[in-house]
This record gives sequence, C-alpha cells and structure tokens, in this order.
Amino acid sequence: MVKLNINQKEYSVDASMDMPLLWVLRDLLGLTGTKFGCGMAQCGACTVHLDGDAVRSCVTLVSRAVGKKIVTIEGLSPDTTHPLQLAWKEVDVPQCGYCQSGQIMAAAVLLKENPNPTDQDIDDAMSGNICRCGTYPRIRKAIHLAAKMQQEGGNGK
Amino acid sequence: MTDILKSSRRGFLKTGAVFGSGLLISFAVPGARRIASLTNAQGGMFAPNAYLSIGTDNTLKVLLAHAEMGQGIWTTLTMMIAEELDADWSKIVVEHAPPGEPYKHPAFGIQLTGGSSTTWSEFERYRKAGAMARALLVQAAAARFGVQPSACKTENGYVIAGDKRASYGELAADAAKLPPPTDVPLKEAKDWKYIGKGAKRLDTPAKINGTAIFGMDVHFPGMLTALVAHAPVFGGKVKSFDASKAKAIPGVRKVVQVPSGIAVLADHYWAAKKGRDALKIEWDLGPGTSVNTTQLFADYRKLADTPGIKVVQEGNADAAFSKAAKIVEAEYTFPYLAHAPMEPLNCTIKLEDGKCEIWTGTQAPGLEQAAAAKILGLKPDQITVNTTFLGGGFGRRATAACDWVTEAAEIIKAHGKGTVKLVWSREDDTRGGYYRPAFLHRVKVGLNAEGAPIAWKHMIVGQSIMAGTMFEVMMKDGIDPASVEGVNDSPYMEAIPDRYIGLHSPRNQVPVLWWRSVGHTHTAAVMETMIDELAHTAGQDPLEYRRKLLKNHPRHLSALNLAAEKAGWGKPLPAGRFRGIAVHESFLSYVAHVAEISINDDGSIRVHRVVSAIDCGLAVNPDGVKAQIESGINFGVGGALTSEITLENGRVQQSNYHDYRVARMFDTPLEIEVYIVDSKEKMGGVGEPGVPPVAPAIANAVFAATGKRLRDLPFSKTNLKA
Repeated sequence: MVKLNINQKEYSVDASMDMPLLWVLRDLLGLTGTKFGCGMAQCGACTVHLDGDAVRSCVTLVSRAVGKKIVTIEGLSPDTTHPLQLAWKEVDVPQCGYCQSGQIMAAAVLLKENPNPTDQDIDDAMSGNICRCGTYPRIRKAIHLAAKMQQEGGNGK
Repeated sequence: MTDILKSSRRGFLKTGAVFGSGLLISFAVPGARRIASLTNAQGGMFAPNAYLSIGTDNTLKVLLAHAEMGQGIWTTLTMMIAEELDADWSKIVVEHAPPGEPYKHPAFGIQLTGGSSTTWSEFERYRKAGAMARALLVQAAAARFGVQPSACKTENGYVIAGDKRASYGELAADAAKLPPPTDVPLKEAKDWKYIGKGAKRLDTPAKINGTAIFGMDVHFPGMLTALVAHAPVFGGKVKSFDASKAKAIPGVRKVVQVPSGIAVLADHYWAAKKGRDALKIEWDLGPGTSVNTTQLFADYRKLADTPGIKVVQEGNADAAFSKAAKIVEAEYTFPYLAHAPMEPLNCTIKLEDGKCEIWTGTQAPGLEQAAAAKILGLKPDQITVNTTFLGGGFGRRATAACDWVTEAAEIIKAHGKGTVKLVWSREDDTRGGYYRPAFLHRVKVGLNAEGAPIAWKHMIVGQSIMAGTMFEVMMKDGIDPASVEGVNDSPYMEAIPDRYIGLHSPRNQVPVLWWRSVGHTHTAAVMETMIDELAHTAGQDPLEYRRKLLKNHPRHLSALNLAAEKAGWGKPLPAGRFRGIAVHESFLSYVAHVAEISINDDGSIRVHRVVSAIDCGLAVNPDGVKAQIESGINFGVGGALTSEITLENGRVQQSNYHDYRVARMFDTPLEIEVYIVDSKEKMGGVGEPGVPPVAPAIANAVFAATGKRLRDLPFSKTNLKA
C-alpha cells in the first residue's frame, strides 16, 4: 500500500510504485479534477502541487509523491475562493474548461513565487499549459486580477 | 440514419454553405409528456415542455438540445428561457437533454451541435419555451389570487398581483394541471433583461474547482478501462495477435479483438496502457500505406491542371485572360489538421439485461445512440445517452461514423456485459484521423487597367468530407459544399464577368472531417490573400481595394471598417511592426481581423495584436461573442503558424503536442480586441467565424513586412529570414 497526503488528508492506496500520480488520483482515488491531456508533460492539464511545486502528474511516478504534500484542484481552496478562482469567475475564463484545473494550479505556483508578474512572466510560466479554446487572453487578465486581489487582502475571503 | 437525413434533406440543402443562408424555423414546443417520463419527477413538478421544468423547491431545470463544448450555450440558451420566464437566475440548474424528437435541431433535422448555429436556431424555440411556462404560472396564480391574469406580473421567480405573491415552485403543481397555450407572445426587445446584455457563464464555478464532469471523469465501481491498439495505417486490419504478455500485466483483465483493432481491458488506464504496449500484433496494412503527403500534393497539382467538376462557370475565363492588363497566378497548399481537443476521445458504456447506457461528450447524441443500437442489436430507445461536458469539440465530436462510440459498443459487445470506459491516448487522437482534409488551390486572376479583377479561374483539389457518409445527401452534382464554401459564394466573385471554379475530390484512406469553420479554413485564406495580392498589383491600399469591391456588401463593410478604424489602419506603427487585414463571411456572420506582426530573429512570426470586428446581428450574450472570437483567433493562430499532420507510407508522422504544435500562450497575441457591430441584421453564428480571417490577416501582414507571399501552410514551413 502506498501512503499519500493529498489535500491535507491521508490516503492509503494499492498502487504499483511506477504508476504515474495522475492515474492514482483519477482512477484509484476518484479525484478527477486533475485532467489527462497528453501523458508526456506537454499540455499541463494534469498539473498538481508537490510540496508547493507545480508538477505534471502524468509523468510523476507515485513513488516521488510519497512523504510529500500533494495539492490538487479539489484542495486549492475549501470553497472555491482562492484569488485565482475568484478572478477566473470574474473574468469568465473557462470555455470547454478541460484545461482549467491545470491552468489554475500552474498559475497558483507562479503567483506564490512572483506575486506581481508581468505579461512576459505569465507567458513564460504558463506556456506549458495548452488551452485549445485559446482562453489565453483571459488567463493573463485573471492572473493579473488575482495578483491584485492577493495584494489587497489575503485570499479574498 | 440515412433515412433521418433524407427526410430532412431539404432542411440541409437550404442551409447551404455549411448550414448558412436563410431558413424558416417552424416552431413548436413539443415533448411535455416525454420530459415528464425522463426526469425523476417529484410530486408537483411542472414540466410544461421539453426544455424546462420547475420543482416545488423553485429549482428551474433547463434542458439543452445542444452540447456545451466551450462555446457558452449552457448560459446563452438558458438566458433565453430566463428572459421570458422572469426566472430567478440563482435557482437555475442546466443539463444536456437526452436524444429525442424535441431536441432535434430546428434547421438541420437531427440532434446536432455544429455549424455555429445554436443561438440563432434556438432563439425562437427557447424563448417560447420560457414564455409558455410563464403564461401557465400566471394563469395558476391568477386562479389562486382570484384576479385576472392581466392583473399579474412576474419577477425573479414570482408571480405578483398587488400585495399577493407566489413563487414559481409554489405554483408548479397547479400550473402542471393546466393545458398548455397554443401560442404565447414574446417580450419586446426594449424589455429584455438578459438578451443583448449578457450573464456570467453558469458553468464557470464547476470548471474552476474540479467538479465539472467530462466524459473522461465518468467512473463506476468495477468499471474497466479499455485502450485499443489501432492499425498504424488507416484501413489496416489485424492479421494475428499475441496477447500473452499483455495479459500478464497486473490489472489487465481481458484482451478482445474488435473491428478497429485489439482492445485491452484493465482495472485502470495505466494497466490498460501497459497491456497495450505489450501486445504483439501482425497487421494487414492494406492500400493505406500508399499515402504520402508530399506525393499527395504533387498528385493534387497535376489534378489542378485539368478542369474537374464545374462548380461555377460564367463567361469564358480562359479567353478573358487575353484582355487583362495584368495577370496574377498563385498556388496554395493546406495540410491535414487534427482537432486535438484537450480531452482525448472517450466513451463509457454499460450493458446489462438488454439495456445499454452511454456517457460521452458528443455533438450528436442521437447518431451515437443509433450507431450503438445497430451494433448491439438493440432498439435506439433501449440505449440511454448521457451527454457530459465536452472537453473541446471543434467538429471532432461530430462524426457521421460515430467512430469512438462505435468502438466502445464493439468492445462491450465483445466483452459481453458490464461497464467499460474506452479511452484514447493523445497519440491515438493525433494519429486517429478525421482530419481537416489537405487542400490545394490554384488561382489565376486577370486585372483590367484600373486594377479590378475581370477574369478568375480557381481550381480546388481536396478530399470531400461528406462523400461516402450519411451527409452525402447534402452534395449536389458531386460537389461537396464544404470543399468550395467561401470561394463559390465569395462576394468578390459576383462582379467578375468571366470566371470558372473547378473541383477535384480525390479519395484516399485518410478519414476527414469538419474542423472549426470547415471549408472556410482554407478558402478564406486563399481569397483574402489573393485579394491583398491583387490590391498590391493594382497599386492600391488593401483596405481601399476591398471597400471598392465590397461596395454592395454592407455587412462585410461594417465589419471591415470597424476593425480598420479600431486598429488604426494607415497610422504609423512601432519599428518592425506590420499590419495585415482580412474579412470573411461564414456561418452567417461577418468578421474582419487586423493582425499586427513582427518577424523574429529566427525567421518565425510573432503576432502581437489582433483587432477584430464582427457583425453577427443581435449579440444575445455580448461577452460570449467576444470570448468566441478570441477563441477563434487563437485557434486560427495555431492553424496558421504551426499545426500540420503529415503522412509517410500511410503512417502519421506526428504523435502528441510536442510535434503537432497547437497555439501555446507565447504563440498568441498579447492584445486581442473584439468589437461587435451594432446590427439589426439576421443573426449569425460566433463559434467558428473568428477562425477564417486569421491566417490571411497574418499572411498579409507578413507581406507588408517582407514582401514575401506565404501560400503554404503552416507558415512555420517558411523561414522568413532565410
């Protein structure tokens, strides 16, 4: 059994150590907010946090996640009030929505490391996350808005 | 299925240029009984028609005849009902409708989301559905209050008369007993609260916290996940296979042969994938190995030398060239393109006790139902289809062949019973076909001394999307409208006395399909770069040149002029920046883009800014219109700059997003501005019309920058500094 800490909860799961974290989350634990898009770290739809770093869970073996704090979109905030989620709502970013979990998880690490990113910073940090609907202008806008919210008062709660 | 289509052939044909020009929507709000049988009705639920129901808890459930794939109809169709019903926006729940008569497309006659048609085609039906419900609720309230219906008003989910008020939920049981009115008046435009003003997307909250359910997220205890090994060449068949190593993988439960290949069924995706990797398969590859895209374009070039099927012939173009002051000739090539939606194709299918249930993201649930029924030997009504959110469609989730649902049905048939989720990997998607067909255009234009075109010869060569499918009924005289739309109906053509448009539709094993904006993906690029070329040949400004040729086309002009004005056409740009312009009509809407580009040091193109204007008639949800044009622009940027599927010996050379390059954030313009023409004209679509003018606007800007004409897509093929 593999022991994992996901969204501040302890899980014990019967998975082989070479299984990518993505499939442990999705197929074994039912945490389907993290998406499968490419399976080779090309699209970013599967982005989760591992001890605060953004990783592509489709190429992250579950063995690497043992003993670390895993955060998925389901655990980003308890009530959809992370500044990025509020900004995403305000700007109406999603279209089909399939990539947006990964976009938000990637943006969350960007904002943590760079609380006031420029357009160039955003392009550099977010170009590993594909959105086939092309919501990029709204993603940029929402990241700027979330950065502003964060500076003006915590997480918006 | 063909019968279904034949019976509605007139509807299809009338809609013309994929589903373009005018049609009369006959209106009915059917299906009250059906909906009552479909929902787990609590006592007292009010379901006056197939499109909505109101529960005693005041919940308003809206059922969508169309699928939400990003284009925003989850919200826009709901706005139409809420508008007429004076609903409480906070009490709304939206669901995709199952397959059924009441949900057939008012114009196309089958249940289909496509052709950028949802909003205009449902504008009557969904508003009337809301108005009818309101009329019954008012009638119920009037009886309860002891007043005339005319003494009642409705507001935010309540009927109010003087100091009396009742919520729709409180009135639901009474209203359900009343006979539906035959006709109801609709609100006047001046009284609209939502329409033309907009609303926040109702699907946003679920799409930002991981709770939105896509087909890929469907899960049941004991369900198996299936991956299929497909032939490496289109049309290939399994000769023999050895599954012993696959079966030894922990978690692999079964290996079955299906018509499309060998399916590995396992406890989860990872085991299924490892099992599939361990299969040993001998293939009978068949004639598909002969497809080479380099050779294909050489063959197409030869075909373009011959007249082909006559699409349009006026006067004598060949003879007229001798009278021309100047002649411009050009050839254009367009590669195969994969749709590459973010969510790979998938379908969950459950079969037990002679009943089947399907969960998938599809643009055509009725077709999927019929396809699965045929394979499983069931009647369509023994198959329940649940449409989930679609993780992108762009046309890929609307195949006449119902390819992935068919594959899932074959798997469950071979498996016997239970629940199986078929999942395609990204590689399966990239290599799985149903591409935008490759095309070659050859154009020769003669100009008179004033620089106006007087003779036009246009050869188009590329596979037909409809030939050989159920959609063939839309073809006439061997002409697939999706191959020529945007050329044969181009507004530039009508004033040219001598013209010939010829078409070749060669066949091969590569399956082809509509790709967001269909034929316009290539025809707009040809027409709008050629017009630009003619303007320069005539020594005229490309905007002025278009204005002259389009003088009798006010909607083209309104989009063109608004985009040009907002982009500052003619005004100086920073050093190294250049502009290009294009305008094109598709799906009943008129879109102009002005692209601003520079050339990178490595010879590639950077698109900095796109200023766009659209005339789509009434914009029901203006921010939704803007979102779709932004989306279309970025989709178009990927198609113009980097995306390409090539084949060698029948094998697709690309496999995933690293070599099938779609637009990433850093490829796309930092600035996109969308302006909506204030228009009272006929409503058009918005999902697709933003795509066609992108490539030509960029190519025309590249010409302004370098003097080079880009005629082979994607543009990344050409190093502009070489």
